Amino acid sequence: MSDTTFVYVPPSTEGKKSKAAASKLTGRKLRWTLVDIVILVYALVPVLWTLSLSFKTAETQTDKSFFPTEWTFQNYRDIFTTNEFIRALVNSIGIAIIATLIAVVLGTMAAYAIARLDFPGKQILVGVSLLIAMFPQVSLVSPLFEMERQLGLFDTWPGLILPYITFALPLAIYTLSAFFREIPWELEKAAKMDGATPAQAFRRVIAPLAAPGVFTTAILVFIFCWNDFLFAISLTSTEASRTVPAALSFFTGASQFEAPTGTISAAAVVITIPIIIFVLFFQRRIVAGLTSGAVKG
Amino acid sequence: MAEIVLDKVTKRYPDGALAVSEVDIQIKDGEFIILVGPSGCGKSTMLNMIAGLEDISAGELRIDGQRVNEKAPKDRDIAMVFQSYALYPHMSVRENMAFPLRLAKVDDKIVRQKVDEAAKILDLTQHLERKPANLSGGQRQRVAMGRAIVRSPKAFLMDEPLSNLDAKLRVQMRTSVSKLQKQLATTTVYVTHDQTEAMTLGDRVVVLRGGVVQQIGSPQFLYDNPANLFVAGFIGSPSMNFMPGTLENGSLSTGLGSVTLSDRVRRLAESAKAPREVIAGIRPEHFEDAHVLDEHTLSGGSTFTATVDVLESMGSDKFAYFTVEGEAATSAELEELAADAGTGDVSASGTQLVTRLSATSAAQEGAQAEVWFDADKIQLFDPSSGKNLTYAE
Amino acid sequence: MSELANEPSTRSQTVESGPAVAAPPPRKGKAALSEGKKAERKLGLLLCAPAAIVMLAVTGWPIIYSVWLSLQRYDLRFPDQREFVWFENYAAVLSDGYWWTAFGVTAGLTVVSVVIELVLGMLLALAMHRTLVGRGLIRTVSLIPYGIVTVVAAFSWFYAWDSNTGYLSALFNAESPLTDRFSALAIIILAEVWKTTPFMALLLMAGLALVPDDLLKAASMDGATAWQRFTKVMLPVMKPAILVALLFRTLDAFRIFDNIFVLTKGANDTSSVSMQTYNNLIKGLNLGIGSTMSVLIFIAVAIIAFIFIKLFGASAPGNDPGGKR
Repeated sequence: MSDTTFVYVPPSTEGKKSKAAASKLTGRKLRWTLVDIVILVYALVPVLWTLSLSFKTAETQTDKSFFPTEWTFQNYRDIFTTNEFIRALVNSIGIAIIATLIAVVLGTMAAYAIARLDFPGKQILVGVSLLIAMFPQVSLVSPLFEMERQLGLFDTWPGLILPYITFALPLAIYTLSAFFREIPWELEKAAKMDGATPAQAFRRVIAPLAAPGVFTTAILVFIFCWNDFLFAISLTSTEASRTVPAALSFFTGASQFEAPTGTISAAAVVITIPIIIFVLFFQRRIVAGLTSGAVKG
Repeated sequence: MAEIVLDKVTKRYPDGALAVSEVDIQIKDGEFIILVGPSGCGKSTMLNMIAGLEDISAGELRIDGQRVNEKAPKDRDIAMVFQSYALYPHMSVRENMAFPLRLAKVDDKIVRQKVDEAAKILDLTQHLERKPANLSGGQRQRVAMGRAIVRSPKAFLMDEPLSNLDAKLRVQMRTSVSKLQKQLATTTVYVTHDQTEAMTLGDRVVVLRGGVVQQIGSPQFLYDNPANLFVAGFIGSPSMNFMPGTLENGSLSTGLGSVTLSDRVRRLAESAKAPREVIAGIRPEHFEDAHVLDEHTLSGGSTFTATVDVLESMGSDKFAYFTVEGEAATSAELEELAADAGTGDVSASGTQLVTRLSATSAAQEGAQAEVWFDADKIQLFDPSSGKNLTYAE
Repeated sequence: MSELANEPSTRSQTVESGPAVAAPPPRKGKAALSEGKKAERKLGLLLCAPAAIVMLAVTGWPIIYSVWLSLQRYDLRFPDQREFVWFENYAAVLSDGYWWTAFGVTAGLTVVSVVIELVLGMLLALAMHRTLVGRGLIRTVSLIPYGIVTVVAAFSWFYAWDSNTGYLSALFNAESPLTDRFSALAIIILAEVWKTTPFMALLLMAGLALVPDDLLKAASMDGATAWQRFTKVMLPVMKPAILVALLFRTLDAFRIFDNIFVLTKGANDTSSVSMQTYNNLIKGLNLGIGSTMSVLIFIAVAIIAFIFIKLFGASAPGNDPGGKR
C-alpha cells in the first residue's frame, strides 16, 4: 500500500472540479478497488476452499484443484443421513441459543444497573467481568471437568451452557452498558414528567430504544458460543452434548481407509451458514457492537 | 395553573456537597419566572426538585398550597421542556405529543383533537407524521414545547430550552416562547444561563450563585439595582465595568481620575457605611463621547482622556474599548464571573473598559478620545462582601 | 468564597446555618431521600446479582478448586493413589522439557501473530475507514473471518496444506508442510492471523474514528507528510485503542488451542500450553498435573494482563466512571 492510504479524502463534493482533479479521483478509486479486491480474496479464499471441498466427489478429493472438477451433493447427503452430525447440530443450536438467551437477559439486567444506577460494588463488578474476559479458559477446564463429573453435569447441555454464559457475560455486559449509556438519561426523565411510572418509562421508552443493542449483543454472544471448541471437546464425551466443532474432529470416512475430508467440509459449510447470514444482514450492528464496548474515549 | 412556593428548599448530595441552600421563592399563578446563573449554580437542580426528578433534602415545596415533596413527577401535573428536547426517537411527532395524554388514558378522539390543536399553535401540522430525527433543530424544539402544552399542565418547567439553537433561531424562538406563555397564562419556571433571555423573557428573575439566591426581582430592577457585585456583573451585556476606587470626602478616585459623587450616591453610600476602599461599577451606556454633549450634561459627571484600543461600530452606536491603568478590581465574585465567561485566565495589565458611545461620536481607533461618564450612575460595592453600597430599595 | 456566599443578598435570606440545617422539620422528606437511595442500591444489587453469581460460581470457585487439585497426586486411572503432595506437581511440570517447549511455542506464536495482526489490522482498519469504494462491502467481508468457527477455518487451512488434498501444498510444491516443525508453526500463525486480524482491525478502526478529521487537516496545513500525520497525529490519539486491542489479542493468542488441535494435534513440538493441559487432562486423565498447568497458565496470563494494565495507566478499560451526573 502506498502512502496515499493516509491521505485525508474529503467526502467527495463534486462540482466544478478540474479535469485533472477528476482523473486523480478516478485513479484513487481504482486504487481503492484494488485494495478492496485484495481484502475480498483474503477473507473469502479459505471459505471458498471449504465450499469447494464439500462439493468434490470422493475420487477428486485429492486432485489438489481449487475448484471441484466433478460436482456432487453426496457429502451433504452423507452428513444428513448420519445421526452423528444431526445430533451435533441440534446440540450446537440448542446450547448456543439457550446460553445466548440467558446471558443476554442476565447481561441486560447487569448492564442497565451499571449504566444507570448507583450502588456499592459496581466498580468491582466491572473489574471482575473484565478479568473474566481475559481469563484463560483452559485454566477452568481441569477443575470444571472434575466438578461437573461430581455434579453429574459432565457431558450434558447445562454442563456446556454454564461456562458459555460465564464467558459471554463480560462481552454482553460491556456491549450492553455502552448501548444503555447512549440512550439519553433525559428521555427517562421526560417520560416521568409526561406521567409515566418507572415501569411504563422502561417499557415504552427505554426498552424500544435498547432493543437494537440487545439484539446486537445476542448476535455477538451467539457467535461466541457457536465458535467454542475447547469446552466442547473437554466437557463432553458422547453425542449427548457434543457440539459440531467438537464432533468434526471425530468424523470418520465412509470406509476406514477413506479420509473424511468431504463430510467434514460439508459440515463445516453448514455451520458457517448462520454466521454468513448474520454478517450479511447485520454487518453495521456487529461492527458497532464490537467497537462500542471495547474503546471508550 | 398554579402557584408554586419554595420554602427553604435545600439540596444536599450524599457526598455532602450543597447544591441548593435554603431557597425561598413564591411564584405567582401565571407568572413567568427565570432562574439564571453560571453553570453549577444549582439552577437545574432546583428545577429538577420542582419537577420531582430529584429529592428535596430539606424544606418544603408547595404547589397550590399543597406539599408535594414526596409526590412522584407524574402526580405533580407539571410539564417539562428539556435542553436536549428529549424527544422519543422511536415515535413520530404526533406520538411524541400524544404520549402524556395516552399515559393519562385520555380518550383517543380527544387526544387527536388536542394534538392537532397544539400542532396548529406551534405550526407543526405538516410534520406530525415525521420522526424527530428528520426535523430541524427549531422544529424539534417546537415538538418539545408541544408535548408540554398538549395536556394543559399546572406549570411548565423549561431547562435551557433554547440553548441548542443557533443564534438567529434563538431570538425568534424567544419571542414565540414569550408569546405562547402569555397566551396560555400558565405558570412557567425557566432556567437559563443566558442573561439576555433572563432580561427579555421573565416577569421576574432569580439570580443564583453557588446554590444561594442572590436577588429576585423584575429584570429592570435587577439591572438598575443589583444587590451585589455578582448580580451587577452577571446582568447586562456588555457587562458593567468594575475598577477599584477610594472614597474620600464624597469624592471617588479611580483609574479614571477623581470624581465628585452625586448627592444621591453619596447619601446611599453613607447610610450603607461604605468603607474607604470600594469597587466602582459603571455600565457601558453611562459613558459618552464628551464632544457630543452639552455643558449642562457634562457638569453632571466627569471626563477623562484615553486612547481608544478598539472601536466597534454597531451602526446604531459605537463601542469603544480602553485600557485603564492600575490594578484591576478583584473579588471572588468577579473571578467566578470571569471563569464562567471563559476569560478567567486572560491576564491583561490594567482594566479593560467598555464604553457605549453614540453613533455620532468622532472617536478613532488608536487616537485619543475624551469620554464623559455619569457620576449619578456610579454604583459602589464592598470589595470584601460584594454588597452593593448604593443599593436603592 | 463561602464567606461571600453567605452574605445576605435580599429577601431570600434567613437565619444563618446552625439549627435550621441540623434539624430539618420535614422528617418524612428526609426519609424519602434515603428511601429512594436505598431502593436504587437494592435494585442495582438485585439486577447484578445473577450475573455476578454465575460468573463467580463458574470461574472463582473452580480456580480455587484448581489450586487445591494441583497440590495432589490425582490420576483418574489410579484414583486409589490420590494423595496430597504439596508442590510435587509443580516441580514435575516445571522440570519437564515438554512443558517448556510448549511454553516457548505459545509465547512465540503469541508474539509473532500479534505483531503481524497489529500491522495487518492497522492497514485493514485504514482501508475500512478511508476507502472510497465499497466501504460496506469490505466491512461485511472482513467480518467473515471474525465470525467463522475457528475449527472450520482450521480445517480449511489443514486441507489446503495437507499433502494429499491441498491446493496450497501443490502451489508451493511442499512435501508435507504440516509435519515439519517450522512450516507447521508458520501455518498455525497464518491460520491465527487470518482469523483474528479483522477483530484487531475493528478495534483499531474505533480508535481511528476518534481522530478528528480537522486534526489531520491542521497537520497537513502545518506541513506534515502522510507518514508524519500517521505517526505523529493518528498513532498518539489511537494509543488507548491500540493498547486495548493488543491486550485482548495477546491474552487471546496465549490461549491458542483450536488451530493447533486441528492442524497438527501438537505433534512435532508444535504444542501450546493449552494443548498440553488438554492432553494431560482428557487424554492422560491426570487431574493433578492438568490442574497444575491450569494454575500456571492462569499466573502467566495474570502477569501479562498486569503488564498491560501498567502500560495503560489511567486509560484502562473499566475506569470509565460510567453512570449519571
